[in-house]
Amino acid sequence: MWKWLHPYANPEVSYHFAGKLQVWLVRLTVVILSIGIIWALLFAPADYQQGESFRIFYIHVPSSILSMGIYLAMAIAAFCSLVWQFKLADASAAALAPIGAVITLIALITGSAWGKPMWGTWWVWDARLTSELILLFLYLGVIALHNAFEDKTLAGKAAGILALVGVINLPIIHYSVEWWNTLHQGATVSKFGKPAMAASMYWPFLWCFFGFACLVGAIACYRFKTELLARNSMRPWVIQLLTTKEVQ
Amino acid sequence: MHFHSVADFIAMGGYGFFVWLSYGVTVLLLVLLILASRADRKKIIRQIQQRQKRVAKLNQAAQAEANHQSVELQL
Repeated sequence: MWKWLHPYANPEVSYHFAGKLQVWLVRLTVVILSIGIIWALLFAPADYQQGESFRIFYIHVPSSILSMGIYLAMAIAAFCSLVWQFKLADASAAALAPIGAVITLIALITGSAWGKPMWGTWWVWDARLTSELILLFLYLGVIALHNAFEDKTLAGKAAGILALVGVINLPIIHYSVEWWNTLHQGATVSKFGKPAMAASMYWPFLWCFFGFACLVGAIACYRFKTELLARNSMRPWVIQLLTTKEVQ
Repeated sequence: MHFHSVADFIAMGGYGFFVWLSYGVTVLLLVLLILASRADRKKIIRQIQQRQKRVAKLNQAAQAEANHQSVELQL
């Protein structure tokens, strides 16, 4: 496996690979997310208790799951960067942080807009909501540390340590609905085994989830390429790439 | 099709404001993220290109200086 992975440790190879991956992920996003959103808005049934407000579910839950998934990916990348000094891992951790922050903000705002009609309040300081808010602050801290140092390696180390310490928040978010009393409902789709919902609602959810995941992947590839350019700005391949042809 | 009319669809069974707020904010934030990512990329590319121009100019000046000196030595 190492032999196979080895060429991807080369930033130039990774740059072009990320470019190709990005093109495919954009295509997949357009198809999958369109199907998911149209299904969720136009064809999925209304919930028998929550009525049409249930349609917020189709962006709230994918973004909530992704907000934690992106954090885990970022923390794994930070770990590889800290332990083995993979420069590419550091670049991908830096690329993921702003995406995670935006997805977390989407999860919080859509949750708020769902909570108002269902619970009667935009916000409560309960375990689930507060721990998700802390996740947003962790992302912001990681972004701030990445930008706090001129030296990218030093910045990556500082941000990586914060990212790793923050991993403790992930199980807290996931189990918060079981450990504490909360307005937030328990797990529906991330339960192991059978999902606790009807297939007519589960399918559009799956399309939305994978659509958002592809979108996140595409933006991650795009930002990863920028990080690679910034970290290899003196390398001949970067100079050649930026002088020979018009790059976008 | 779940809805019977466009007005029905907009109203979302009385939850229109909350549903469209959610979808609107999501689209807005994702568009902002993509625009910010593009601006970052353009900034980095401009920085590298500008530095490259400066390096090329310095090299040229050094070259000219070296030529000048060799001419003086020959004289």
